[in-house]
Amino acid sequence: MRLPFQKRAATFHHGIHPAYHKETGSLPIRRLPFAPRLIVPLSQHIGKPAVCCVSVGQEVVRGEVIATADGFVSLPVHAPATGVVEAIGVMPAANGKMVDSITIRVYQADGQEVQVRSPRDVDALDRQQLLAAIQETGISGLGGATFPAHVKLNVPPESVIDTMIVNGAECEPFLTCDHRIMVERTQDLLRGIRYAMKASGAPRAVIGVEDNKPDAIAAIQAALPADGSITVKAMETKYPQGAEETLIYALLGREVPAGQRPAAIGVLMNNVMTLAYLGRLLPSGEGMVERVLTVAGPGVERPGNYIVPIGTPLRFLLDHVGARSSAREVILGGPMMGMTISSLDVPVTKGTSGVLAFGKLQLPAQAQRTYACIKCGECVKVCPKFLNPSQMGLLAAKREYALMAERYNLDRCFECGCCSYVCPSHIPLVQQFRVAKAVNREKATA
Amino acid sequence: MTIELRTSPHQHSGRDVPVIMRNVVLSLLPICGFSVWQYGLSAAALILVVTVSCLAAERISNQIRGMENSLADWSAAITGVLLALTLPPAFPLWMGAVAGFAAIWLGKSLFGGLGQNPFNPALVGRAFVQAAFPTSISTWAPAFGPGRFTDFIPSSLAMPFMSPPDIASWVKQQGMDAFTGATPLARWKFENVSASSMDFLTGQVTASAGETSAILILLCGLYLAARKFLDWRIPVAVLGSAMLLAWAFHFAQPERYPTPTFVLLSGGLMLGAWYMATDMATSPITPRGIWLYGALIGILTVVIRYFGGLTEGVMYAILIANATASLLDQFNQPRILGGKRGKS
Repeated sequence: MRLPFQKRAATFHHGIHPAYHKETGSLPIRRLPFAPRLIVPLSQHIGKPAVCCVSVGQEVVRGEVIATADGFVSLPVHAPATGVVEAIGVMPAANGKMVDSITIRVYQADGQEVQVRSPRDVDALDRQQLLAAIQETGISGLGGATFPAHVKLNVPPESVIDTMIVNGAECEPFLTCDHRIMVERTQDLLRGIRYAMKASGAPRAVIGVEDNKPDAIAAIQAALPADGSITVKAMETKYPQGAEETLIYALLGREVPAGQRPAAIGVLMNNVMTLAYLGRLLPSGEGMVERVLTVAGPGVERPGNYIVPIGTPLRFLLDHVGARSSAREVILGGPMMGMTISSLDVPVTKGTSGVLAFGKLQLPAQAQRTYACIKCGECVKVCPKFLNPSQMGLLAAKREYALMAERYNLDRCFECGCCSYVCPSHIPLVQQFRVAKAVNREKATA
Repeated sequence: MTIELRTSPHQHSGRDVPVIMRNVVLSLLPICGFSVWQYGLSAAALILVVTVSCLAAERISNQIRGMENSLADWSAAITGVLLALTLPPAFPLWMGAVAGFAAIWLGKSLFGGLGQNPFNPALVGRAFVQAAFPTSISTWAPAFGPGRFTDFIPSSLAMPFMSPPDIASWVKQQGMDAFTGATPLARWKFENVSASSMDFLTGQVTASAGETSAILILLCGLYLAARKFLDWRIPVAVLGSAMLLAWAFHFAQPERYPTPTFVLLSGGLMLGAWYMATDMATSPITPRGIWLYGALIGILTVVIRYFGGLTEGVMYAILIANATASLLDQFNQPRILGGKRGKS
């Protein structure tokens, strides 16, 4: 038991220590073969969907632009494999909606080299050219936020960024793809950090890594530039260490004012995966055709980190890693914040950081008996935002959604799931808060 | 492969209501064991009867309200065991049963059951019998009677609605003339005699069934706190504030007021601080609220003991503080991360 006055590693207040299951962190990244068909949604990012620029029956080459960005807050889409466009139209996506997608039948005999590339001297570009080049790569926030990278790095003139935070915490259980990227693609990562610093005007960068990844910290430390502009800091292994506001607080001791972006306090945060792909794709002028993600969970026979072509259907992915028949739940992302999918025929997109298959034993609270709130206060003790989930849960049961927002800062909740994780009564607090937010949003627009 | 749809988070700590409650009951077993060793059959029967009547009351109210059986959440068992430990060891068993039903029905079911009750049910039960049976609740029995494992103390087996037999003559028959029949708190209040700390620590005092050994209660409470089944801040606040206030009085008038150690170890303060004040449903959950709540209990206990008509004040101190718990939460919402200073 740690006493309250004891000094601790860089960290935030509250949070939880779930079982981490990071066994795949020691396995090297492997490549997944091409599925016979790839489904590439036109919108894999926040912003306007890309505009399709190919037609059915047209042959495409791996890396070729098949949909162009529609304005600044948008990203182009690249062909993830050489093949022929089989269909253009709506297909199911992970969120359960039908979205415009391009289906490509892959030429299995093809060598699948990325053939379209335009190598460039990144250091010679000015800021605007650099941002344009980043947009051309099609990189969005690869941690799962899917915000276009160039939009995030395009700091408005009124704010000055003094520190770029590089998020290598990877606090979600089971996920280890960021870990492997830091170990195996350290040079890409540091190059990407330099590009991002230049694009945003940040004079220094701090890489935050949880202390359960000593090999990643060592690999980065060995590759740091001599000028001291980039540093790496070990942090306590605690969930949600990698959430934006907790990470900024842990590394810099600064609080992001409620309701504002980190840029308001001179901070910009990017995920290690995003920056590593930036460092890899910018110099060669390639597009985002694949990504590294973790496939794990008790329902998988060969868990690990795989390079997966964008658009690979989950059914193909799970077949390849050997999904067990005991698997009952397939989660995109981590077990704390990820979402389950209703169909295996949805594709991997740029924002997919993990695919987890859970069996019956791992089934969460909702399957078990719920009790009345016993006001134990555990949720208050773990909430990283210092909210009062207990009180909000009681109000949600009475449908007092407006009161939750006005008096108890409902909108500051980022749904990390700590409260539901500890709740001894198995009250689905996070789900109640999502419903409350949705109802409030609906009322606001009506 | 069948797929189930769920919402995040998809993991759980595994610590649910029955786990917490069961651990609290388990941690009370050493205290029960010590009580039985001291008082023999009477204490064992009292703990059993009170607990069973609490369980029965819970089951009956489940039935009436058409609810699922809630005995498996172990919360009624906690109420029963705790209530029994606060009663005098020779308390008539039928009165113990009344206390058990009063605790569950008046203290818990009436408010909607688990988690809904504003007052600690065990203390509601004790307050009920204190008002109903004022003589029996202040009739104490000697520990370590020679025949305690073979014979009941006569008052235990009193018939319902009959006056219990006089315990003083029985004590004489047993050859325990030194027994005064008054608790250390009463002796301090009315005779200005202070008991030694050693007696409190080892349970050589006249007291309720489960309140005799302060050190045993402390150890059991520390175990629960270390395993995070209770909030350590509450007992620290209760005992700390009581000690500070008692020390201030003792410092001002040492001949009139007892030592802080006496205040901490006597009566039900130890049991109250670790097991009653920490009842989750009836204590605050905000950080500042928790400290204020604990301090209120400590201060009220000392004030009632020193200036009230009663010799012991822990029960009313906790019940009064229970009443303030939700208000303390309302006015002490923590500042959120990124919120304005000095504003919730």
